[in-house]
Amino acid sequence: MAEQPLLSVENLTVQFRGDNGWVNAVEGVDFAVGAGECLGIVGESGSGKSVSALSILKLHSQANTRYASGTIRYGDRDLLTLPQRRLRQVRGGEIAMIFQDPMSSLNPVLTIADQIMEPLRQHQGLSVQAARRKAIELLEMVRISDASRRIDDYPHRLSGGMRQRVMIAIAVACRPKILIADEPTTALDVTIQSQILELLRELQREIGMAVILITHDLGVVAQFAQRVVVMYAGRVVETASVPALFERPMHPYTEGLIRAVPNLDEDVHRLTTIPGSIPDPSTLIAGCRFSPRCREAVKSCLAEPPALVDAGAGHFARCPPRIAAGGIS
Amino acid sequence: MFRAIIVRLMQSIPVLLLVAVLSFILMHLLPGDPAVVIAGADATPAAVERIRSELGLDQPIWQQLLSWFLSLAQGKFGSSLVLNQTVLSAVAERLPVTLSLAALSLAITLPIGITLGILAAYFRSSWIDAGVMMIALVGVSVPSFWIAILSVILFSVTLGWVPSSGYAPLLTAGPGPWFASLIQPAMVLSLFQIGFLARMTRSAMLDVLDQDFIRTARAKGVSEWRTVGKHGFRNALVAVVTVGGIIISLLIGGSVVVEQVFALPGIGRLVVQGIMARDYPLIQGTMLLFGFAFVLINVAVDIIYTLVDPRVRYD
Repeated sequence: MAEQPLLSVENLTVQFRGDNGWVNAVEGVDFAVGAGECLGIVGESGSGKSVSALSILKLHSQANTRYASGTIRYGDRDLLTLPQRRLRQVRGGEIAMIFQDPMSSLNPVLTIADQIMEPLRQHQGLSVQAARRKAIELLEMVRISDASRRIDDYPHRLSGGMRQRVMIAIAVACRPKILIADEPTTALDVTIQSQILELLRELQREIGMAVILITHDLGVVAQFAQRVVVMYAGRVVETASVPALFERPMHPYTEGLIRAVPNLDEDVHRLTTIPGSIPDPSTLIAGCRFSPRCREAVKSCLAEPPALVDAGAGHFARCPPRIAAGGIS
Repeated sequence: MFRAIIVRLMQSIPVLLLVAVLSFILMHLLPGDPAVVIAGADATPAAVERIRSELGLDQPIWQQLLSWFLSLAQGKFGSSLVLNQTVLSAVAERLPVTLSLAALSLAITLPIGITLGILAAYFRSSWIDAGVMMIALVGVSVPSFWIAILSVILFSVTLGWVPSSGYAPLLTAGPGPWFASLIQPAMVLSLFQIGFLARMTRSAMLDVLDQDFIRTARAKGVSEWRTVGKHGFRNALVAVVTVGGIIISLLIGGSVVVEQVFALPGIGRLVVQGIMARDYPLIQGTMLLFGFAFVLINVAVDIIYTLVDPRVRYD
């Protein structure tokens, strides 16, 4: 990216309060997203992808979270140090977010109308009537049939897919510059998943917003994103354009993830997995955090934490041995 | 909805019958004899016996129960043995005192208890939370007669701001004296209730504030005040309404201790008087009326649930 990115997260370290003091949930995370671009953030559960995403709008519980280092540059502002009042103008106005579980993300005792109108009234200062008209338009935009009647329903009357559509309508209400989608399809049926992704893609094009898509599903990333950040145990382990990542994964973890996606053209008797599981954030690992699960780990991997190394053409990976060997296994 | 209310009320009939039988049995299990109380200390055994048979107390217990039920079926609650008035008029006379006290105390309890509970939950495990929980603990555990006496010493004796006892009716004495006669007992009553309500509000709010939709509200750019007050509290309201119902039930039953200390002629004192005098019809009648009031309050609470939470439906 030659020009200044729209949003860049630099050296972000987020700590959560644990039983024995503060624990790093993510450490030294860097990524950036340009205007209109779609960035995928991939990783398994506990890799820190959601933690990073929630940090952008500082949505972690204040009492138990510490932003130990880093900046989140948005225009000329740093969202991490922005005063509460100005951060609120960004939230839902310029950067919006949708979440994993649409069942619990909508307020059960407020009508759909109330919840969609809220950001419109807050950020655009619309009157109740204007906001309501706009809300119906938004519901139509996310393909909810019979929008003018549905708008007065409470969330429990809607299906999971419809609720996620409502969440999307709320998020795009103020035509944000960036939409952060935190596993938006994980809790939904497979058929609904593709509809929701299709809808997101259309809205992205229509509004011209950037999308940060957090997922554990590489298939979704392949379909949807231009660039990918792969996270493991709270760190970025690889970042590349989508074609480069799938053609030439540099990090053994990325490679394992790609191999773990079942290929429908072959008869598969046993699904491929990466042996072992992600380490607990409080366990100390001296070297590469993936080394306990890595088949290719050499002595230097165990000695000190590897740096994120440039492999050329905007492709970075945190695996010096592989990059030294030219990246091909 | 209307049908549901009717069904609820019908369902309460067996409950009321049970209340009636229990209060009857309990009264008759108490040692002591109303005839002795009425006849006085110096009465001859023959005189006591005569009064007893006049009152029908010489009949077998089951017959007394039956005849009480028969008169209830005709809408008669009977007359007090000692007060020289009917049970209904005795209750009606004292009800305004208890209701005034209840209303005033509720008007103090609700805003303070709810606010403290919300603050404690929002600033959980901070000094604000600790302070509120401390107040709640003191309010719930310190006996009200002791607080009442201390309060009288300070506000009535030393400062002389409000009368120490007695009741000034709203209609005859006017709002000023009425308020002055009730504000002190109402505040003493509220102390316990504030503690109770603040604790329950806090725990309901703690649950709600951890929910995903609170995060959604913040992500929309909604102010903290609205996030907590609108998105949060609306969801905690079911718990608050439940506690509110319990508090009102307690208040309607009369606050025996507070009415006693402040010499307020309310329902609580009436009941104590009745028990002392073994005034069977009075006790049984008031118990039954209390039972009915509790049933009504519970039905009201159930109806309010449907207004507060759209997921609750009675069909």
